[in-house]
Amino acid sequence: MMLDQTDRALIAETQGGLPFVPEPYAAVAQALGLEEGEVLARMQAMQDRGVIRRVAVAPNHYRLGMTANGMTVWDVDDAVASDLGAQVGALGFVSHCYLRPRARPLWPYNLFAMVHGSSRDEVEDKRGQIVALLGAACRASDTLYSKRILKKTGLRLTGRT
Amino acid sequence: MTLDDTDRHLVNLLQDGLPIGPAPFEEIALKLAISQTAVAKRLGRMKEAGVITRFGPFYDAAAMGGAFCLCAMEVPAERLEPVVTCVNAYPEVAHNYERAHRLNMWFVLATETEAEIATTCKRIEAETGIAVLAFPKLQEFFIGFRVAA
Repeated sequence: MMLDQTDRALIAETQGGLPFVPEPYAAVAQALGLEEGEVLARMQAMQDRGVIRRVAVAPNHYRLGMTANGMTVWDVDDAVASDLGAQVGALGFVSHCYLRPRARPLWPYNLFAMVHGSSRDEVEDKRGQIVALLGAACRASDTLYSKRILKKTGLRLTGRT
Repeated sequence: MTLDDTDRHLVNLLQDGLPIGPAPFEEIALKLAISQTAVAKRLGRMKEAGVITRFGPFYDAAAMGGAFCLCAMEVPAERLEPVVTCVNAYPEVAHNYERAHRLNMWFVLATETEAEIATTCKRIEAETGIAVLAFPKLQEFFIGFRVAA
């Protein structure tokens, strides 16, 4: 989707979040010197084209007790990897799910699923559910627990065109 | 901060998304029998307390024209700290995690174009002398992930 300068200004204004008022888009319009109707139309257009996935709350996993996470990785038969990946992604405890290229011999895994739980035991338990779901299509798997966050910056788009 | 039932309902229901419109809280306010102002205030309090990290549009960075790639390196334990410093110094490195595996460093590159992903990998390889394995996404699956408050 081609984004113009006004779309980018809207993104820059809202990517950190909407204001906590009953009419947040009116407040965004005022901040940018736009009509509320134009803000709503542009936001809706961006949602329709997938630039905006949804307007929602992002809970703090850690604060709500989801303190353990493991990057589970799976070597899944290519013939069924797409179908099975969709089923794994739909599980309520998987926050990211992708097919990626293998890098043999060091890395035989093609399906990546980030699993969250309140403890490592719970992550292992949920991992077991994926094992059961994949069945014989899965030849090998591993779980990579994070030891340390080395860097974390939000993805930020500047107001550039 | 202690969450009451209304806060919990808000967190649970608002992960699914709100309509874009002049009064986005109208429906949820009716459902929870509170005012739209009260919805906004509760969200603001939960943001301040760190219960939610944000409320607003979730942008698909790739749809906005950027390029992203998960990368991994096998860094010898004794070289970990200097390599971390070197890799983190690249503004293209958005997240970087140490993980328990032979491939012990995992980071996400975020650049304006696809071509810059490859050139950044090469620069990091040249500077560290360690191979950078790139794992670009081939397919992304719809996610049903929700956190119960």
